[in-house]
Amino acid sequence: MTDLLSKFDPLIQERENLLATGVKDPFSLVMEEVLSPTVAICNGKETILLGTYNYMGMTFDDDVRQAGLKALEEFGSGTTGSRVLNGTYSLHRDCEEALKEFYDMDHAMVFSTGYQANLGIISTLAGKGDYVILDIDSHASIYDGCAMGNAEIVAFRHNDVEALEKRLKRLPAEAGKLVVLEGVYSMLGDVAPLKEMVRICKENGAMVLVDEAHSMGFIGENGRGVCEEQGVIDDVDFIIGTFSKSVGTVGGFCVSNHPKAEILRLVCRPYVFTASLPPSVMATASTSIRKLMHSGNKRAHLWENSKKLHQGLRDLGFTLGTPEAQSAIIAVIMPDLEKGAMMWQALLAEGLYVNLARPPATPANMTLLRCSLCAEHTSEQVDQILGMFEAAGKAVGAI
Amino acid sequence: MANREEIMAKVSELIGPFNNKGVELAPGTTFQGDLEWDSLTVMDFVAAVEDEFDIIITMNMQAEIETVGQLADAVAKLMEN
Repeated sequence: MTDLLSKFDPLIQERENLLATGVKDPFSLVMEEVLSPTVAICNGKETILLGTYNYMGMTFDDDVRQAGLKALEEFGSGTTGSRVLNGTYSLHRDCEEALKEFYDMDHAMVFSTGYQANLGIISTLAGKGDYVILDIDSHASIYDGCAMGNAEIVAFRHNDVEALEKRLKRLPAEAGKLVVLEGVYSMLGDVAPLKEMVRICKENGAMVLVDEAHSMGFIGENGRGVCEEQGVIDDVDFIIGTFSKSVGTVGGFCVSNHPKAEILRLVCRPYVFTASLPPSVMATASTSIRKLMHSGNKRAHLWENSKKLHQGLRDLGFTLGTPEAQSAIIAVIMPDLEKGAMMWQALLAEGLYVNLARPPATPANMTLLRCSLCAEHTSEQVDQILGMFEAAGKAVGAI
Repeated sequence: MANREEIMAKVSELIGPFNNKGVELAPGTTFQGDLEWDSLTVMDFVAAVEDEFDIIITMNMQAEIETVGQLADAVAKLMEN
């Protein structure tokens, strides 16, 4: 018998080698208690959270929690069914209404996760003979959406406007084309030049989908994302987003002004063939989304935090993923996995949690210590964080 | 229209800057095994080939191409269309 798991032997070996150097497993951290959006107890120690994507700190919002408790009491713990069968409650519809209000768009479709939203929409829109044109650094859910569909896949160099244009011009004029972009790329926290890219897509007859997972609630005048910030939201055909970041719960969605968008509910398999989200999740999401519409002050504070951390880490001598803070993600580039894991552990010992990101999730085989800020981090916490980076960086010889 | 030999010569020329190990090129040379390219190098090289011949090599096609000779065949076919 061939052991089907033997293909993972190199990875098993790499993990064993890493753990043999004495570092803790960075991919099996347990949070024993969560005290707030920014503090948890890990290994019995109070730890500042700087890697949660909980950008707007809505997870502990009083109104959000109350809405969830009420829905749990009134509608029970789960729907046990598909959105197209017994799994659409009034709360699911209300959540879609909240999204339509938030984005000022005609249609909204809620999926059970953000991953499924990309998987479903991309695989359903682009069929046999169509083309999906995507940035090489796209998220796994975008690649998996491509793999699940039958379209031809064309990749272009990260954020390269000219490379996108050249490829679009080489494709058959009459073929269906879907260009998939992200507002903020989650590994380095850099922003896409959507203004130019969306214009080029339209000039070349392509439909455009933008994943705004890491910008919702934070970037753009109304928090609608990078496409709002750069003034091209009206030319974007589909926006994909998630509830597991700024919204502070779990779920995914697609919003659109396309007049035929509703038909997707019947033909999109990752929407149909799975159970819908629990009522309490829908109630917390709707409440959070509506509050995010009026969160200008929190947005301003999150920008202050992001800029302060970026400047502070640069001043300490760390190499960062972007020349300036472009989003609430600040990526610290480490020379290799071993150094990255040592630094990660030293930070945890100081009382700070960040994400250790490694290939294949990262571009250019980089090892990153990825920090994501929260609007609920105080300015003092950012000072503390910088102190911890200094101490840990010196302890492991990273600076 | 370039013939098979011309395409092969051009492809070999484009491999040059990425051939860090100085591997001797033959139609059977593999990108992953012999040249030991990672995904990033593959992308840069594919972009160079695409620009040179003004074609698109989709990721679906790339998955089927393992050797230098297969790439030259694919380029020749794409240029006929």
